[in-house]
Amino acid sequence: MTPLLQVDGLTVVPRAAPGRCLVSDVSFTLQPGKTTCVVGESGSGKSLTALAVMGLLSRQLQRTRGSIRFQGQGLTTLDAEAMRRIRGRSIGMIFQEPMTSLNPVLTIGHQIGEPLSVHLGLRGRALQARIAGLLQQVGIPPERANSYPDELSGGQRQRVMIAMSIACEPAMLIADEPTTALDVTVQAQILRLLDELKTRMNMGMLFITHDFGVVADIADDVVVMFRGEVVEYGSVDQVLNRPQHPYTKALLACVPDADGKKPLLPIDYAWLEQQPATTAANLQHSMSEPA
Amino acid sequence: MMTSPILTARKLVKTYTQRSGKFGLGSHSFRALDEVSISLSAGSTLAVVGESGSGKSTLARCLLQLLPLDSGEVLFEGRNLATLSSAALRQERRNLQMVFQDPFASLNPRMKIGEIVAEGLLIHGMGNADERRERVLQMLKRVGLQEADMQKYPHQFSGGQRQRIGIARALVLQPKVVVCDEPVSALDVSIQAQILLLLKDLQQEMALSYVFISHDLRVVRHIADEVVVMHQGKVVEQGAVEAIYAAPQQAYTQNLLNSIPGRRAVAA
Ligand SMILES: Nc1ncnc2c1ncn2[C@@H]1O[C@H](COP(=O)(O)OP(=O)(O)OP(=O)(O)O)[C@@H](O)[C@H]1O
Ligand SMILES: Nc1ncnc2c1ncn2[C@@H]1O[C@H](COP(=O)(O)OP(=O)(O)OP(=O)(O)O)[C@@H](O)[C@H]1O
Ligand SMILES: [Mg+2]
Ligand SMILES: [Mg+2]
Repeated sequence: MTPLLQVDGLTVVPRAAPGRCLVSDVSFTLQPGKTTCVVGESGSGKSLTALAVMGLLSRQLQRTRGSIRFQGQGLTTLDAEAMRRIRGRSIGMIFQEPMTSLNPVLTIGHQIGEPLSVHLGLRGRALQARIAGLLQQVGIPPERANSYPDELSGGQRQRVMIAMSIACEPAMLIADEPTTALDVTVQAQILRLLDELKTRMNMGMLFITHDFGVVADIADDVVVMFRGEVVEYGSVDQVLNRPQHPYTKALLACVPDADGKKPLLPIDYAWLEQQPATTAANLQHSMSEPA
Repeated sequence: MMTSPILTARKLVKTYTQRSGKFGLGSHSFRALDEVSISLSAGSTLAVVGESGSGKSTLARCLLQLLPLDSGEVLFEGRNLATLSSAALRQERRNLQMVFQDPFASLNPRMKIGEIVAEGLLIHGMGNADERRERVLQMLKRVGLQEADMQKYPHQFSGGQRQRIGIARALVLQPKVVVCDEPVSALDVSIQAQILLLLKDLQQEMALSYVFISHDLRVVRHIADEVVVMHQGKVVEQGAVEAIYAAPQQAYTQNLLNSIPGRRAVAA
């Protein structure tokens, strides 16, 4: 089976400082109907990896190496127009910070409707009905379609982003911390909605999160990132229950328990001192020969 | 530790006008806060939890007079904030700080991080240039950022790094009350623990009081002394954190506690 997404050796650097790898030799695959969760410390390159797949890196950054294949097709060689057709239609993306990607001067109904009219040609009543349906699915009263983004709560904005990203029922959804602003009950509703798309449409999901409870609930595979590199990659059971890399072990040790009783503990970096310098080669090495 | 209240809110009411009707031509008023009363003891942490859209951020803004109230009053150290002159209110801002829910939207994209975090110190005339720089640097380090980061702009940071910049900006002023709106929601578990411990340390050092808005009950359990549960603009339950966890009274609160993800699957 052709993987839905295949990322190979992806490397991203700032144009101004090409020696500094923000994303370094990142590889993973995603199958249709599956969910790969990406976890890792703040600043480890999770969002940049997602943006690189979407071809949305800012102009100050540059992908220097690596291939990205979606449904067997190389994305890095596509022109801007072809990429735009894929984005929003075949690949949906939920960005980490809703306000940076919602347009403040357009109503949320308009913004949810845009991919529907651009990609599916929906108009008039059919369009309005679809927008109302999507709002309902993410738990926002459809009457709110005429509101502007700054008239919504943080979690409602995040849900508008989710509605936009799944409007065209994409084959793949890239979700960057999509439920950080949601309480557990609304989060559960959203995760059910995504799961339904996964089953019904065989949608694959690349899901960035720092919540290991969510990882345990939804992941098939897990990618662990540390300082721009993938330090561990395996099935959810492997990574959560039999972690190999010392970073994964240290990270899992500070996951709060569901009851919130375990003492708070930031990560212990003692293992890092015993590691050789964290170059890509060395990390690869320590992956194949666990410490 | 619990002493007299430092911040009290009495019967706060806030309505928004919302567009309605087919073309958004009609409008109706929506009560986002419906007679909300809370009281924050000096040196303690009051958590506000509740469903998305229940009015938590509205409450935060109203507490700090960043949004006008329809009715009700907010007392800080016994004084009604609404009756202060704008000069006096500006003075008090040093002591009443806010960490915003949407970090990127609250950071000026044209300012370097060093300037953003130092701005409050400058406005309130705290220290000379060298002292300010030193304080900014120390605070950035405590939230896990580095000296070199002072020269960077907001868009050069990750989501979690930006959230920590917002925290540093509020705490560097050594305020008395900090209203934190989802301050750790974008942070990995390690940095999250680091920030929660930092908040606790500063509380010890400077007798800080926090209003801590969060939807993550695991986090709330660690940081809060008391909890207020909001639902559709109303306070439906409040009490000591232990009591609410042990015996939630409202079905809504029970539901919140039961839906913590991974509760059954238990990740590690
Ligand atoms: N435009 C930029 N210029 C320079 N450095 C950047 C730029 N954008 C991001 N970075 C840096 O790249 C690194 C990776 O950023 P990224 O946003 O991918 O992190 P992340 O893993 O998503 O973190 P978080 O969990 O905090 O969102 C960070 O250290 C960040 O400071
Ligand atoms: N400017 C506004 N105009 C109209 N309605 C608004 C405005 N701001 C907020 N609201 C509505 O008021 C309600 C409360 O919003 P608020 O931001 O206080 O919620 P919240 O509890 O912080 O939610 P979240 O957890 O999602 O951040 C929401 O239904 C929101 O849509
Ligand atoms: Mg990110
Ligand atoms: Mg809010």
